[in-house]
Amino acid sequence: MTPSRDSDGPRPVDPSHGSGGPRPVDLPRGSDRHRAGSASRDSGPPHAGRLVGARPEPGFEITVDGRPVTAVPGQSVGAVLYAAGVRSWRTTRAGGRPRGLFCGIGVCFDCLVTVNGEASLRACQTEARPGDEVTTG
Amino acid sequence: MNARDGGQVMDLAIVGGGPAGMAAAVAAAGAGLSVVLIDAGARLGGQYFRHAPEGFHARRPGALHHGFQRYTRLSDALGARGVEIRLRHRVWAVERTTGQAPGTAPRPGAGTGSADGTGTAAGAGAEGTVVVHCLVGDRRERRETVAARRLLIATGAHDRPLPFPGWDLPGVFTAGGAQALLKGDLVVAGRNVVVAGTGPFLLPVAAGLAAAGARVAGVFEANGRFGLAPAMAAMPGKLAEAAGYGYRLARHRIPYAGRHAVIAAHGRDELTHVTVADLDRDWVPRRRRTIACDALAVGYGFVPQIELATQLGCATRADRDGTPVVSVDAGMRTSVPGVYAAGEPTGVGGAELAEVEGWIAGRTAAADLGRPVPPVPGLSRRRDRLAAFGRALQEAYPVRDGWKGWLADDTLICRCEEVPYSRIKEATALGAVDARSLKLLARPGMGWCQGRVCGYAVACLAGEDPQPPRRPIAQPVRLGDLAGDPQGEDPR
Amino acid sequence: MSDVVVIGAGVVGAACAYFAARSGLRVTVVDRGPVAAGTTGAGEGNILVSDKEPGPELELALLSNRLWRELAGLGGFEFEPKGGLVVAETAEVLEALTGLATAQADHGVEPAPVPRAELPGYEPHLTQALAGGVFYPQDAQVNPMLAAARLLERAPGARLLTGVTVTGFLRDGDRVTGVRTDKGDIPAGAVVNAAGTWSGQVAALAGLELPVLPRRGFILVTEPIAAGPDGPLIRHKVYTAAYVTDVASDSAGLSTSAVIEGTPAGTVLIGASRERVGFDRTVSIPVLERLARQAVALFPMLAERRAIRTYCGFRPYCPDHLPVIGADPRAPGLYHACGHEGAGIGLAPATGHLIAGQLTGAAPELDPIPFRPERFAA
Repeated sequence: MTPSRDSDGPRPVDPSHGSGGPRPVDLPRGSDRHRAGSASRDSGPPHAGRLVGARPEPGFEITVDGRPVTAVPGQSVGAVLYAAGVRSWRTTRAGGRPRGLFCGIGVCFDCLVTVNGEASLRACQTEARPGDEVTTG
Repeated sequence: MNARDGGQVMDLAIVGGGPAGMAAAVAAAGAGLSVVLIDAGARLGGQYFRHAPEGFHARRPGALHHGFQRYTRLSDALGARGVEIRLRHRVWAVERTTGQAPGTAPRPGAGTGSADGTGTAAGAGAEGTVVVHCLVGDRRERRETVAARRLLIATGAHDRPLPFPGWDLPGVFTAGGAQALLKGDLVVAGRNVVVAGTGPFLLPVAAGLAAAGARVAGVFEANGRFGLAPAMAAMPGKLAEAAGYGYRLARHRIPYAGRHAVIAAHGRDELTHVTVADLDRDWVPRRRRTIACDALAVGYGFVPQIELATQLGCATRADRDGTPVVSVDAGMRTSVPGVYAAGEPTGVGGAELAEVEGWIAGRTAAADLGRPVPPVPGLSRRRDRLAAFGRALQEAYPVRDGWKGWLADDTLICRCEEVPYSRIKEATALGAVDARSLKLLARPGMGWCQGRVCGYAVACLAGEDPQPPRRPIAQPVRLGDLAGDPQGEDPR
Repeated sequence: MSDVVVIGAGVVGAACAYFAARSGLRVTVVDRGPVAAGTTGAGEGNILVSDKEPGPELELALLSNRLWRELAGLGGFEFEPKGGLVVAETAEVLEALTGLATAQADHGVEPAPVPRAELPGYEPHLTQALAGGVFYPQDAQVNPMLAAARLLERAPGARLLTGVTVTGFLRDGDRVTGVRTDKGDIPAGAVVNAAGTWSGQVAALAGLELPVLPRRGFILVTEPIAAGPDGPLIRHKVYTAAYVTDVASDSAGLSTSAVIEGTPAGTVLIGASRERVGFDRTVSIPVLERLARQAVALFPMLAERRAIRTYCGFRPYCPDHLPVIGADPRAPGLYHACGHEGAGIGLAPATGHLIAGQLTGAAPELDPIPFRPERFAA
């Protein structure tokens, strides 16, 4: 399963609203996501960060199948992926169906992900760390 | 720490750092007990007080919560009273040893204590020790055990989903899942969100998503919108809370429709729209329409997490809506000596009830261990009132049978093992007349989540109340970890 | 009226019902629970000839093995004729193992010795710390729950009554003429006691002593593991030679030996433990630890895989480790088909076949004397 790239994925905290927020998502040139990301900032994306008065620390990068995405320290791998517009990162054994977040609290195991080669981690329960390499499939 | 190796034994171990566990820890530590509070998460608070990580430096961390100051107070009190806090500890098993002398092989026992348990403060089982088996960390875990004279199970609840066509599409969340993503990671589930299911929990979910900038295309309540009105009349606090959500929904111009449900989700690789239907009294769909959306938050109540209690053999009872919950006495003692339960595991009733039960449980544990605990006369009354409200909630927001009519033959009932509805029907025809035999013949509930997600639906399809869970391994554990003992040597 | 009432809708009862109905008898099956809810639902689905020494049980296993292959043709349940690999840790154990194999080869078993160097060809992920093994191509695995349900479904004209508890027997003098249940009496020409681990209790309802006792076993189940490019992670049923002696042991204490196999669902099943603790279902973490340790020793890569669940069952065990099959002379009209210990899945078809033969007066395919119910009478 390749991460879906055609949706206007929601984003984490809007960096334009905080001091020292995470760097804008750094995307390959020509990617649809780049356009979507820019558009989302202009049109006022969902910004839970502003709601709680967040002043996030500088973000760090992790990669999804080699593509860099930005994380705020403490965010789960699942949240980082979802915020970057990646809504699924594995496919089911029998039906080959895409799966991503569902219960968000470690109960459903839908969001199993491979990080740095380590398989079957719950993305919603695994804190992102700088340099993490997420592989989908 | 390892009871088997004669390590330190705490007075009270609490599993679950939500409102119940935090309150109990404060109460018990305040009465002089040594307390260890264990939680799987990276931060305390449980689901209700889930909040963003430190890295966000939120100036208003409570903006997404009702009553976040309660969390802050509890959190401060835990620190002040020296409660040992163990985060990122997943509990995969609990054992009760009744062996007397340290060093002898512990005899794990379910105990056969009476369901009465209202016994005196001396309490039975004073000689027993509870061993809590944990996995520490979120990647390479390591095994660790915590030993204590008493155990409080305050493990909360998770969403109770119902299956419907397309519910496995990315973009479909449980209501609590969308809420957790928002409160815990400050990520909004979508730009254009539909909220559906039943119960008042849908309101804060919708309000939170809207406040965070999502367009909420509608809140679809499968029961009537005002089912709780009679019960609320007696609870001014609850009434004000509901009114607050009503106001916020109105301010964001969010339609709130009763007797409506999302009966199908659509999209190829992710959610693009949903089918909404208005329902008759039994939830049989009538008129249908589609609504475009990129996220759906859907929930039909909650399932208390009681598997640690059933591991120990604690007696259970069917709650008002048939849900198995842990039986407790007025002091939150379970049927197993030395084991207490508080919060959703004793009956779904919300964070306020959980906190009150936590206060009671912490005080009872201290009293049972001989500590002087001054009476707080209002506490039990408050618990009774809130518990009655919880029961009224279950009555006002039941799950009606009509949802079974939303299923198509290829609708997955069990997401983990990918069991479609057709295979459930086939197994029924082969003689599977209850949920357990459906599981044996068709595999729903045999996968990763161990039936947590589909268990309720499978029980409904089998025509029975959900049975108490049997999950002797409550969290997946690497065989290499299971093979070695907590301290890295052969335990026997 | 029914010709036969079968008590128990586990795999043995299902096989009795299937073969009896195929012989033209009108069959009613009653079970207090649903289909396959007892020991059948707690088994691994073993169809083994490898673990049996020459003797009556091996003959039963060989007949059953043949019958299972025929039944698999009915379809509707998983049957995997994948073979079993028995491995020995030391040269000494290997010698005993090959000795057993040689003896078995004279009785219809087709063992193939596997030198140490050839083990990876059978199981690439096996530990290298082994002396060698023996491969048994006749060993197979079945989904026991579905198999039982399908046999009942395909028993011509058979009636299945679940949720019906037998409370006693209808008698005409000594003769058994049907069963009493909580839902009413069911008269019948004959009654078959196929109540598995609870068969002793059923026999007691007829005033008979039948020493069938529970022997608890735990199974650990791993996360589903996707097959690699060279096939599934674990290809055969793999177990250590110690299993054979454990099966035959009379010890009441805990014994464990590694028995490991994959399933079509991708999970790996890890057994086997044996202990006599009555019907206690309390999970024993020490037992799980031992099972895990033995599994990892045999397949080191399993250390990285997670156990996601465990369950236990109660093998119906007789003091002489042989099942009880046949008419009970103490109560004419009553037949027993029980006491198969851990081999009930594998031995079910032959048992059903023998019972049906006795019910219809057909000549038996093998000597039933060693299995006769009255053999325990003092």
